[in-house]
Amino acid sequence: MSAKKLALIATKGTLDWAYPPFILASTAAALGYETQIFFTFYGLQLLKKDLNLKVSPLGNPAMPMPMGMDKWFPTLGTAIPGMESIMSGMMKSKMKSKGVASVAELREMCLESDVKMIACQMTVDLFDMKPDDFIDGIDYAGASTFFEFAGESDVNLFI
Amino acid sequence: MAHRSQEILCKMIEYTEKFDATGLNCPLPILRSKKVLTGMNSGEILYVISTDSGSVKDFDAFCKQTGNELLESSEAEGKYHYYIKKV
Repeated sequence: MSAKKLALIATKGTLDWAYPPFILASTAAALGYETQIFFTFYGLQLLKKDLNLKVSPLGNPAMPMPMGMDKWFPTLGTAIPGMESIMSGMMKSKMKSKGVASVAELREMCLESDVKMIACQMTVDLFDMKPDDFIDGIDYAGASTFFEFAGESDVNLFI
Repeated sequence: MAHRSQEILCKMIEYTEKFDATGLNCPLPILRSKKVLTGMNSGEILYVISTDSGSVKDFDAFCKQTGNELLESSEAEGKYHYYIKKV
C-alpha cells in the first residue's frame, strides 16, 4: 500500500493561522501521509527563521479577549498602538499554559518527519524577501511544482 | 474505585516504554507518542498517559490509521491511559 498524500497551501501569516497547516501536516506525517505544504503570500512568514507572529483583534469580532473585552471594548480601541503586541503576548502565554505547542515546535516536528515545504518563488521576489531569512531545507518553486504533488494527493487544502 | 481499577489495569498490561503526555494538548500527545513508537520494535507496547480529553478519539483514530493496536483505552481520575502495541 503506497502512502496517502496531503497537499496544503498556506496563505496566511498570523499567529492563529499558523497553526492549521503545521498541525495538519505534522499529524498527517505521524499517520503515515506523505505531506507537502506550499507557502505563498503572507504564508511565507511561517518559513522565517525568526518567527515573530502576531494575532490582531482588529477586524476580528470572533476573537475571545480577556475580561469579556470582545463584548464591550470598542472596535476602534483595538487599533491603539501596542494592542497587537499585547494581545499576541497574551495569546502566546495562554497557549503555553494550556500545553499547546508553539508554532516553531510544530514546524520543527514537520521538518523532522520529512514534510516537504515549498516557498512560492514569485512571492519571495514580489516582497524582496531574502532566502537567508528563511529556514534551511525548503524548496523554492511555483504553482506547477505544487500540482505535480497535489494532482496525485488524497487530500488538498487551501488555508 | 476508579483508582483501584487503574492499578489493576497497570498490573495487567506490561509495557515496554512509558510516555507521560500530561499537560500536553492536541496534537502533541499523538506526535510525541508516534516519535516514541518509531524508536520501538514491532510487538512492543507503549503506555501513554494524557490529560487531553480529545485524545480518546484521537488515539483510536491514530491506531486505526497506522495499524498499531490499541490494546486498552481507559479513563481514571481525569487522566487517560492508552496501551499501544506497535505493528
